[in-house]
Amino acid sequence: MSKELIRLADVTMAYDGEPVLRSICLDVNDREFVTLLGPSGCGKTTTLRIIGGFETPLSGDVFFDGVRINDLPPYKRKVNTIFQRYALFPHLNVFENVAFGLRVQKLDEAEIRSRVFDVLELVNLRGYERRSVNALSGGQQQRVAIARALVCRPRLLLLDEPLGALDLRLRKDMQVELKRLQQQLEITFLYVTHDQEEALSMSDRVVVMDKGVIQQVGTPEDIYNEPKNAFVADFIGESNIIDGVMLRDRLVEFCGRRFECLDAGFAPNEPVDVVIRPEDIDLIPYEAGFIRGTVTNITFKGVHYEFIVDVAGFKWLVQSTDYRELGSDVGFVINPEDIHIMKKSEYSGLFGDYSSFSQEYDEDTEPAAEDSDEKQS
Amino acid sequence: MKSRVKLLAAPYLAWLLIFTIVPLCVVVYFAFTDADGHVTLANLGAMRDYLPTFADSLLLAAISAAICLLIGYPTAYAITRAPASRQRFLILLIMLPMCMSFLLRTLALVALLEDQGILNNILSAVGLGRVTLIRRPAAVVAGMVYNYLPYMIMPLHSVLVKLDGKLIEAAQDLGCSRLRVLLRVILPLSVPGIISGVTMVFVPAVSTFYISKKLGGTSTAMIGDIIESQFKTSYNLNAGAAMSLVLMIIVFICMGIMNRFTGDSEVDLL
Repeated sequence: MSKELIRLADVTMAYDGEPVLRSICLDVNDREFVTLLGPSGCGKTTTLRIIGGFETPLSGDVFFDGVRINDLPPYKRKVNTIFQRYALFPHLNVFENVAFGLRVQKLDEAEIRSRVFDVLELVNLRGYERRSVNALSGGQQQRVAIARALVCRPRLLLLDEPLGALDLRLRKDMQVELKRLQQQLEITFLYVTHDQEEALSMSDRVVVMDKGVIQQVGTPEDIYNEPKNAFVADFIGESNIIDGVMLRDRLVEFCGRRFECLDAGFAPNEPVDVVIRPEDIDLIPYEAGFIRGTVTNITFKGVHYEFIVDVAGFKWLVQSTDYRELGSDVGFVINPEDIHIMKKSEYSGLFGDYSSFSQEYDEDTEPAAEDSDEKQS
Repeated sequence: MKSRVKLLAAPYLAWLLIFTIVPLCVVVYFAFTDADGHVTLANLGAMRDYLPTFADSLLLAAISAAICLLIGYPTAYAITRAPASRQRFLILLIMLPMCMSFLLRTLALVALLEDQGILNNILSAVGLGRVTLIRRPAAVVAGMVYNYLPYMIMPLHSVLVKLDGKLIEAAQDLGCSRLRVLLRVILPLSVPGIISGVTMVFVPAVSTFYISKKLGGTSTAMIGDIIESQFKTSYNLNAGAAMSLVLMIIVFICMGIMNRFTGDSEVDLL
């Protein structure tokens, strides 16, 4: 792609001796939409704050456009931030909130007016100039926050879970709108979220983080289709992760059976993690299946059913539009291209088994507000 | 249901009636009557003679409030920046003088400032000679600042501590240096605290009588002293009541003017 705008080189960070970032290396290209994705406390917000200038890394360097900016205070950086809960100024109306950055730059009144009106047009808030920001809905406040940052024409926009406080419907709309703005204005976006769907649908590249370590960087398709380890596979969508052995290139053994697959480059007989997405499993009659099990739980999800299938003690999650009776015996068909092989990692065995199936795994979309708050003190 | 909730306020309402409303009516009655109980405006007319005293009192109270603000604001801000555990300790330090008697505090200041007092003894010991510190308007202001400073710091602290740190970061993000953050965000958002702090210093300061009696000279008698002497030495209840009434009205007007400021920012806040 185009040239590099931000580079983090071996950045580490710790709060009170607790490491939160462990030697982070990351490049963000000009005009790219990059998302930092991970659970609460994975270090994604800290990474953003380091780039914004609100935290100084313990070690390592931050480069902006090739210049080291470690010691540059936030107000001198050509970066603007959209904060988690907007942080609009309650003593100013919509116009003055948006004009804030321009007034600080001491631009003349005519230019301030035209730029503020232009950007309010862009976020569909014309006519709201005189309103108090406290009288706006969450979505409108969000737009003011976006306008306030964009009016300064930053090279890089940092977005810290900007849609976390909005309801689902509004969030979807704003996702589309943010993406449109990014493409229209050709600004680099660095976006932080814990919502994998948001990350996949908006980003050019996704950076998956956990425990202060970058687990994988790649396009949404790469991340989803070729997860590097069990953590990524589990965090990005649902996954069945089974212990297997790579017999040789393109042949893997799991569940006591041998399967053709597309992966290669492992040592002969190397133990591996096998990932199979629940939507890639086709249910067929029991006798015809290579893998056979019993349906132990059914959840209707609207578009499809979710079945928990017990295969010799290991519970699989299967999504299918066809209904199966509770307790019925089913067989699986898995195509070679749907079998993903991963090297064993520290996360092996921690994810991908649905034996403790409950509604729990559905609830990872709760706002991870504490993520950034706990680091304030 | 609603009437039951109202019942909870009954003790206070009774208190208000007995100790505020009724005395207020008594004050109004005395202010508009003469010694024989005849209705008259003479008491209020006589206030003309005391106009300079009223003016002096207002001026000294305003200066005290201003000095309290200048000392109190940075103090309150510094406290809010401290870690939470230390904040409690610092607040305790601010409150500590309030645990001592008001009279004792004023007398302590007298002991410090008087001609044979501690400060003058130190000055003469190092060979600088004695200075008249007491019996001056400045001494009265010092006494009022000393006594009322906590009332300035507390409301300022409670406003500043609630200030969202994200707003400061947002201002920095939009290009504000530290000073600009203070002027453009922190100061405007602490206006309600400034107003209530100034009110809480100004109102008791304008009607104070003990401080000026102990620290001021005969020429710096404040309106509070005059009112006290009307009741306790000249036994002119009617004149005293009239002065109290006028003072109260002046205080109300001052508060009204100040509340206009909060009122406006409140409109913006809502």
